[in-house]
Amino acid sequence: MSDTPVIDAVALRKVYAAGDTPVVALADVTLQVQKGEFVAVVGASGSGKSTFMNLIGLLDRPTSGVLRLDGVDVARLTGNQRAIVRNHKVGFVFQGFNLLRRTSARENVELPLLYAGVPARAREEAARLALTQVGLGDRLEHMPNQLSGGQQQRVAIARALVNQPALLLADEPTGNLDSATTREILKLFVDLNLHHGITIVMVTHESDVAAVSRRVVQFKDGHLVLDGPPPPEWTPAIGVPWRQAAKVEAA
Amino acid sequence: MSIFTLLRLAFRVIARNKARAMLTVLGIVIGVAAVIAMVALGTGAQQNIAKQIASLGSNLIILIPGTTNVAGVRGGGGSSTTVDVDDIDALRREVKSISLITPANRQQVQIVAGDANWGTTVQGTTPAFYTVRDWPVETGAQHSELDEASQNKVCVLGKTVATQLFGTDDPIDKWVRIKKVPFRVIGVLLAKGQSPMGTDQDDAVIIPFSVYRQRMAGTQRDQIQAAYAAAIDANSAQAAVDEMTAVLRQRHHLRESAEDDFSIRNLADIAAASREVSDSMTLLLGSIAGVSLLVGGIGIMNTMLVSVTERTREIGIRMAVGAKARDILVQFLVEAVVLSAIGGAIGVLFGWWVARLLSDATGWVTVFDPAVAALAFAVSGAVGVFFGFWPARRAAQLDPIDALRYE
Repeated sequence: MSDTPVIDAVALRKVYAAGDTPVVALADVTLQVQKGEFVAVVGASGSGKSTFMNLIGLLDRPTSGVLRLDGVDVARLTGNQRAIVRNHKVGFVFQGFNLLRRTSARENVELPLLYAGVPARAREEAARLALTQVGLGDRLEHMPNQLSGGQQQRVAIARALVNQPALLLADEPTGNLDSATTREILKLFVDLNLHHGITIVMVTHESDVAAVSRRVVQFKDGHLVLDGPPPPEWTPAIGVPWRQAAKVEAA
Repeated sequence: MSIFTLLRLAFRVIARNKARAMLTVLGIVIGVAAVIAMVALGTGAQQNIAKQIASLGSNLIILIPGTTNVAGVRGGGGSSTTVDVDDIDALRREVKSISLITPANRQQVQIVAGDANWGTTVQGTTPAFYTVRDWPVETGAQHSELDEASQNKVCVLGKTVATQLFGTDDPIDKWVRIKKVPFRVIGVLLAKGQSPMGTDQDDAVIIPFSVYRQRMAGTQRDQIQAAYAAAIDANSAQAAVDEMTAVLRQRHHLRESAEDDFSIRNLADIAAASREVSDSMTLLLGSIAGVSLLVGGIGIMNTMLVSVTERTREIGIRMAVGAKARDILVQFLVEAVVLSAIGGAIGVLFGWWVARLLSDATGWVTVFDPAVAALAFAVSGAVGVFFGFWPARRAAQLDPIDALRYE
């Protein structure tokens, strides 16, 4: 099963019916993401990258095309089936953290397990583990408003990972963070990708953030215009091992 | 999600905004409280009525002569002279479904004992009275057939009269004067309390019917103002009424088309009449409670709609991490039901308290029925389901992308 792509999109198309003229948000994009990849999705606003994220996150349905997530054809699932796939295969990290207010870090992390029907004892254990993994083992019962932005984003990452999804989907995860915290979160991503084999797809508009990834895909006007390793002129926000290796190869 | 988790979540959300929750459930509280208080009072009133009707005597049938109709001026029940002592004798002889019948003529008198006096009703009746009215003496004795035959001037006092004339003294063998005629007190009746019409039944004096005819009735000695009869059992009450009617109509030579010149009622009629009154009260108060529950339900719907809008983002997050539409629906539905059930619970306690307060203040009997409380509570829960469904469905049908972007 290791050769099954995590994301397998073929001629993926999304058209919005806005007024009289339909808007083509995504024009027949074909893209594969393999297990263990760390992909940065870049593009201007309106380029189609958000639409692409919503489609692979199963928050939206494609107009046409094929989309397989971890081998499952998800393009034409019912609402309930999509919820189940979201629950089991995708972990979301948002720009605005999107934690439930007045709900402890632990309970926020437990949320996906709650909808997966995991019993209370096991939920609590898994949440504790996930929070420890992101370095918040001592903040289990803190409310989101008692945590810093970086800590809140770590809680969100723990929540995204707690169900052991095939894919971590991060939408501008550092957009609301200062540069020090940004580095902290990116280090966590690199660590998760490198040492835990977690597949990450991350939307960003900052080149130094995108440069941390192993692969950059760029959207423009709904088309995929670039797909490859980060351009060498982009300086990564943090040092990454694969970048070093690439430099050595180049030299 | 387990029901326990859902309930905990609902209680937590409601606890975050206690003031709003309390205002929201006020309508439910009032509706349920109205139901509880109303039923408690209504049941108490029914029991009161039943007790009072039973106090009239078992299987009691009351005969009252018809109204006089002199040149169109109608005299009212008991004012005519259509029934006389011979009619009573005939009924006693001919009607097989009554076991006893006794005339009961009465008038207002001033009764004097020593230097005390008291205005009361003197009632001339036969010894059958005590059985028919199910009214034994407390002390002393009833008057006997011998007293009737010998026209002995003896009397049996009602409890109120005994107290008014003799206070705490024993009235037995004391003398009283009624219309200047001296009577020896031979007994005191057991206290009976109010009649269904609210009069004090204990404010009366019983004397032998033969003495009443001779000494009290003046020129109308053969006329009957009222008579009490006892049906042989509860099932033959209606048959007794029919037979009595037939006998009297025949004796009075009434034609087919003529109306009865008397009226005969049994207790079932009286009970039915009083039940009708309290039923219409129940209906009235019940509809008030219903309207209140409706308004309360709309209040819950309103609050839930606001809550769904406020928590659009939360709904988006839940959907993104894998909540199905059904999970969201159930979450908000449980919240609405918990909200209205809280209202129901408060309403039950509040209604019970109001009923207690009313009963303390007015002396009305109230009966708190746990089954009614349970029903009212269940109805308030149902109100939550009914009025919570639409907001919950709106929440469940939100688009996750829009919900996540909602500010």
